[in-house]
Amino acid sequence: MTGQKLAQRNYYGKALADLAAEKENVYVLDADLAGSTKTSEFKKVAPERFIECGIAEQNMVGIASGLAASGKIAFASTFAVFATGRCWEQIRLAVAYPKMNVKIVATHSGISVGEDGASHQALEDMAIMRALPNMTVISPADAYETYMATKAIADYDGPVYMRLGRAEFPCITEEGAPFVIGKAHVMREGSDVTLIGTGQMVSVCLDAAEILASEGISAEVINMATIKPLDTEAIAASVGKTGCAVTAEEHSIIGGLGSAVAEFLSQEMPSPLMRVGTRDTFGESGKPDELFKKYGLTADDVVAAAKASIAKKE
Amino acid sequence: MEYSADQIANMANILRLDVIEMTAAANSGHPGGSLSAADFMAALYFRILRHDPANPQWEDRDRFVLSKGHVAPVLYAALAESGYFPKDELITLRKLGSHLQGHPVRGKVPGVEMSTGSLGQGLSMSCGIALAGKRDGKDYRTYCLLGDGELQSGQNWEAAMFAHHYGLSNLIAVVDRNRLQITGNTEDAMALDPLPEKWRAFGWNVIVINGHNIRQILDACDKAKASRKNPTVIIMNTVKGKGVSFMENNAGFHGKACNHEEYLQAVKELKEVIQ
Repeated sequence: MTGQKLAQRNYYGKALADLAAEKENVYVLDADLAGSTKTSEFKKVAPERFIECGIAEQNMVGIASGLAASGKIAFASTFAVFATGRCWEQIRLAVAYPKMNVKIVATHSGISVGEDGASHQALEDMAIMRALPNMTVISPADAYETYMATKAIADYDGPVYMRLGRAEFPCITEEGAPFVIGKAHVMREGSDVTLIGTGQMVSVCLDAAEILASEGISAEVINMATIKPLDTEAIAASVGKTGCAVTAEEHSIIGGLGSAVAEFLSQEMPSPLMRVGTRDTFGESGKPDELFKKYGLTADDVVAAAKASIAKKE
Repeated sequence: MEYSADQIANMANILRLDVIEMTAAANSGHPGGSLSAADFMAALYFRILRHDPANPQWEDRDRFVLSKGHVAPVLYAALAESGYFPKDELITLRKLGSHLQGHPVRGKVPGVEMSTGSLGQGLSMSCGIALAGKRDGKDYRTYCLLGDGELQSGQNWEAAMFAHHYGLSNLIAVVDRNRLQITGNTEDAMALDPLPEKWRAFGWNVIVINGHNIRQILDACDKAKASRKNPTVIIMNTVKGKGVSFMENNAGFHGKACNHEEYLQAVKELKEVIQ
């Protein structure tokens, strides 16, 4: 049911368990966090294809690469900080360069990890994965989309990074809606400003659009679930109509969705753009909603950015 | 026709000559570690591996991963001499547009299984391949050639733990123990000894041999293939730059090609011993 609060990682586990029956060449690897990433759901149904790697992420990526070289679809999961940072160069050489059929699926991305603090809050993962040639980067908007995206990346032959959250947050897509890699979705139509969100921030953008509507401002909301390849056609169509944009991501404004959209707009259709995200800073311990407020990731922050972007149109 | 030990030893010198020619033509590359591994590479491609150069994707082939990817020249030489691609392509090493990149690239060269070059990663990849073989009930073996210096990288020991934990008896690691890395002696840079004990402690079968004795190489691989429980490491004591007098035990030739005078001298020495 749309609006229900669900955790993306639970639907990742569910999709993996279903994939176990659908594709006999799916292997799942984890680095001692299966209970948290929910790859444990796969282990329950296909223990012989679940590979516990211990706390050794660099080796895990190499194992995944070797399995892929042997015809397997290898899903490797752990927390986003470790899945991308600890083994970035392993992903570069063993996965991205040879275009291996490896899916790095990370949970516990972003600041909503909460109380564990900055060491566990990945705010740079999309930036460092997006910089790798051959790498597809996906950040689903909710649990339902996570399920469909997991199935879609299993069908795609090549390297993928997918980031998921830890906490429960509202579902805004329809359960079972088809997921197409590289395709953005207009979630709400509008004419004054384009709000481009990814991950949990799509839901925040929809809340912001409601607030803006109450003030007579018409906002269009786009769910940019694929950061790379970026759906530039969808951006061009929307910004061509509204004339300005806001990006919103639970990630640094350096290198992620905001950067990707800025790169496109500045080169192809210069337009006012404001970026909502963390601002060249590490996070800290706290409750997710407290952290969203402190680090400028609330609907009110998106509303303020939308107004600033509109003001720059004149 | 099966190669005899003498024929393999001769082929090793042919590979050495190829390496000198290729790196001299490229005016760069890594001849020192290529020469120390040449006897093993000749034994591997002309006797040990179950492979078919005409069918590099044969699914029951033995796999070889060159973890010490900088010695790509000796790998390319072995692949060309055994028929994976024409020998006249060897001279394109490191040239713009060549499939013979400075470090091996999967998909560019027939017979190259994995992309390597950043040290410390090949054993992990090999574990993945060996694990797939076990799970699929295949009887192929996976060989992985490691440099000794690269064992300073921790990922190798993650992989060593993994291979033992998963009982990868179909995995054979081979360490080219030439005791030299770029900055000099491995024991001065970051001591590796006692190396056999380290591998034993990780649960591996350990075989120590003279890496320039073909019979010892063949015997060690036969023993490794007989393992039914644990992975095996063959530690080959070797001489960096083996086969060319002025390159032997000379760390200066780790990553430097011969100049013209050195090239002429090296070719002369090798041609004198090639039958």
